[in-house]
Amino acid sequence: MKYDVLIIGAGVTGCAVARWLSQYDASVCVLEKEEDVCCGTSKANSAILHAGFDAKHGTLMAKLNVRGSEMAEALSKELDFSYDRCGSLVVCLSEEDRPRLIALYENGVKNGVKGLEIIERDRLIAMEPNVSDSAVAALWAPTGAIVCPFEMTLAFAENAAENGTTFCFDTAVQSLVRTDAGWRVETDRGVFEAKAIVNAAGVYADVFHNAVCDKPIHITPRRGDYCLLDHAAEGFVRHTVFQLPGIKGKGVLVSPTVHGNVIVGPTAIDVDDREGTNTTADGLNDLMQKAGMAVKNLPLRQTITSFAGLRAHEDGHEFIVQESAPDFFDCAGIESPGLSSAPAIGEMAAGLLWERYRWTKKPDWNPTRRGILDPKTLSTEEWNALIQKEPAYGQIICRCESVTEGEILDAIRRPLGARSLDGVKRRTRAGMGRCQAGFCSPRVMEILSRERNVPLSEITKNGKGSELIVGTAKDVYREVRDEA
Amino acid sequence: MKHDLIILGGGPAGLAAAIAAYDAGVRDLLIVERDKELGGILNQCIHNGFGLHTFKEELTGPEYAARFIAGVRERNIPYLLNTMALHVSPDKVVTLMNRTDGIQTVEAKAILLAMGCRERSRGALNIPGYRPAGIYSAGTAQRLVNMEGFLPGREIVILGSGDIGLIMARRLTLEGAKVKVVAELMPYSGGLKRNIVQCLDDYGIPLKLSHTVVDIRGRKRVEGVTIAAVDERLKPIPGTEEDYDCDTLLLSCGLIPENELSREMGVAINPVTNGPRVNESLETSIPGVFAAGNVLHVHDLVDFVSEEAAAAGRAAAAYIAAGDAERHEIPIRFEGGVRYTVPATIDPAFVRDALTVRFRVGSVMKNRVVRVLMDGEEVGKRRRQIMAPGEMEEVKLTRAQFDAHPALGELLIRIEEA
Amino acid sequence: METVQLICIGCPMGCPMTVTMENGVVTSVTGNTCKRGDVYARKEVTAPTRIVTSTVRVSGSKTGAVTVPCKTKTDLPKGDIFRCMRALADVTAAAPIRIGDVLVPDVAGTGVDVIATKDVE
Repeated sequence: MKYDVLIIGAGVTGCAVARWLSQYDASVCVLEKEEDVCCGTSKANSAILHAGFDAKHGTLMAKLNVRGSEMAEALSKELDFSYDRCGSLVVCLSEEDRPRLIALYENGVKNGVKGLEIIERDRLIAMEPNVSDSAVAALWAPTGAIVCPFEMTLAFAENAAENGTTFCFDTAVQSLVRTDAGWRVETDRGVFEAKAIVNAAGVYADVFHNAVCDKPIHITPRRGDYCLLDHAAEGFVRHTVFQLPGIKGKGVLVSPTVHGNVIVGPTAIDVDDREGTNTTADGLNDLMQKAGMAVKNLPLRQTITSFAGLRAHEDGHEFIVQESAPDFFDCAGIESPGLSSAPAIGEMAAGLLWERYRWTKKPDWNPTRRGILDPKTLSTEEWNALIQKEPAYGQIICRCESVTEGEILDAIRRPLGARSLDGVKRRTRAGMGRCQAGFCSPRVMEILSRERNVPLSEITKNGKGSELIVGTAKDVYREVRDEA
Repeated sequence: MKHDLIILGGGPAGLAAAIAAYDAGVRDLLIVERDKELGGILNQCIHNGFGLHTFKEELTGPEYAARFIAGVRERNIPYLLNTMALHVSPDKVVTLMNRTDGIQTVEAKAILLAMGCRERSRGALNIPGYRPAGIYSAGTAQRLVNMEGFLPGREIVILGSGDIGLIMARRLTLEGAKVKVVAELMPYSGGLKRNIVQCLDDYGIPLKLSHTVVDIRGRKRVEGVTIAAVDERLKPIPGTEEDYDCDTLLLSCGLIPENELSREMGVAINPVTNGPRVNESLETSIPGVFAAGNVLHVHDLVDFVSEEAAAAGRAAAAYIAAGDAERHEIPIRFEGGVRYTVPATIDPAFVRDALTVRFRVGSVMKNRVVRVLMDGEEVGKRRRQIMAPGEMEEVKLTRAQFDAHPALGELLIRIEEA
Repeated sequence: METVQLICIGCPMGCPMTVTMENGVVTSVTGNTCKRGDVYARKEVTAPTRIVTSTVRVSGSKTGAVTVPCKTKTDLPKGDIFRCMRALADVTAAAPIRIGDVLVPDVAGTGVDVIATKDVE
């Protein structure tokens, strides 16, 4: 299989690069070791778009963060993903810390973040009644926003796919070999060839970089534990509330999500294992302790799930977006604010490749994409009309999040459709609510089995090896007899 | 569309309430069920032990449900299947949705909440570790095994010794899986003794009290869990960890009444039960809205669900006949280890022939007496050799007792050492 | 003389009981608080029995049911439980089925019928 460009990794960065490359007349293929897009760092993070005051002025990180943040709102309309510019607050908990708050404000102004203000306690309490009693002031960033990271990644990927990008899932890259024509990429699913490679491999980006570049980089998987609170906690905070950043990152934030939950996290624990997304008792305890600092009476008892994600922390704490070796383009070290910067990284990386290869623009490039229709956004009359046409929109499958069968069918049937329980969950929210899929998982499994025409025993949570069912009732008695 | 009574839920509570309301004269009523058949969770509870109080015989869940479904059919009580109540407004307008009728709003004179409960999830328990396939709530596994005929795993560890977990230990063993251990956080089991003997001891399955799961291994599918002992504060004790290889972790860690619709419509919720606060008529803070069964408070015996729901059905019928009335409610006070009472308040004027007050205790207590006092005067007492959080308790009051205290100012339930 | 330790299932007390037997005959029951414990203990050590509930596969259901729940009509000796399960593993019942229908007569030679506990259309 020959392509102009192979992108390694279908996280938000790889999908963004694919989306911006899809405007050119180049053949592009995204190789992903997991069974779906958005399975690594992109799926387990704070789900916020940083305004851009935090990244150190003068860095690429700062530039791309501010640019990404500026692009996001228009993009959310063009590509139909949830976006809410709720604004963010960095809460200063003592007068001694105020110089650091001012420094943060000044850094943000230099970065070009619009609308930054330092607000005093009175105004802060009016904006955020549950803020800590010891809060003295805050940095107010009206351009801070929240998104659904799955939707955003899927939007980039689906839009790229609709514009001709190929996606190969369950395909792990094993080696890169330089050839006269470019690259020979060996995977567990055969050999791919390409003129150029984009390295968007997240916590594995250093492995691929170091295999072909002279100057090595080093990525540490930095784990962040999170708790997600039930809809019942909606409104506890109205903005993304940070504490003043310390040496280990931005501390623990408390933020609304676009779907009406409250998210709390992350911790920052360096680990060795690039797949080490397990939460630990220490991590969760640490989170609980830190979570109470900037706000008071955080209803952690309403936790519906906890999870952990890994940030790809590069030693230099800077984004590496460049042609690091001939025809090898890095998008490496993409840790926070990577989600915020993703559109800008996609734009920049696609630009670098275009500078190099000068493809023509596709005349029929479609920059828009429609998301999965959520009937809850319709009027009753519109929803009824939809049910008449497609009765599946009248059948609730996930009670907690009110997800209809119609949405699940859409999620399975659309480009890069869901193949697993988690795939359906990330696209529709079925199973993401307070019962955590207790009621709906057998029904979603049935729908997947029917739609994909595979036996229920092959339906997985998230790809091969995660089968949900191991056999049938009493099969052991039959097997014993068969053997005899 | 309009109905006198809409019953939300066609499980044991909804069915019993519908029959009782009908028999009390309500003719224009509707049961709304979200699943494809009536009977609710009983359809997947294929074990026996149901109905000893109601029918004086031991039935399985589907058999128990069938008797009530037959009662509904005999009376031609209408019901909608595969229908979701999306919304209920405080003025009792219900928004329903299904495939054939789309979205419709239905007005009701009275509403009876019978939505049941859900299981506490892994997330709510905050168990650390990976998040692989193979972690099921006991009820989900029960559905997969009993209704779909699948085996969710071959080597099983169960956290929580509630009755569903114990029942599933036996079911999975019989169906061909190996249940390695049942761990229980508390120093006592939340399940019935009989279930511990007949579901665990019969099959040599160890029960580890004061233990919990502290780690889940396996990235794609569960490969093992770590269990540790906990101290008096229920915190894991370092050094007591034991690893179990398994492909499945089953959770049976408590049930939570499903009151999202109730909350949305503004019904006041008792934080102890997570169910509505109700008066002697099992009426919530919104007049004409009643609640019964596991949506009100989690029961351990379905017989009492049916009994409670029938009382709610009769009360709804009385409300439909009489309309809003002026009320003078007093709270039921409790002492000595009672965690809550259902009802929480009473207006003696509305007590009919008898009133059952159900409650639970917060810890295991031996050799006690439950006293009922009206304005300080003892009107009833009950010896209890043992009281446990897992077993619902009740006291029964009669109309005559209320008549003897015409100006009742305080009703007190007190547990004392005998 | 042999002794057997039991926990009574009569109520939540769960009395720990000791049963003493001589040549298979119960000579004493201790530890119980009430009569129910004594009755249970004598039965449990001499001839323990259980109702078995399970499911069997179904064919031809109009509603798409794949299993029908079932139970043994009366108690089985405890030792016959797994033989009963093994016999059920091979059974497929044809819909329609009514509650009480005999699905397996004289299951595994125990003399007990297995009957349906739910209607299946």
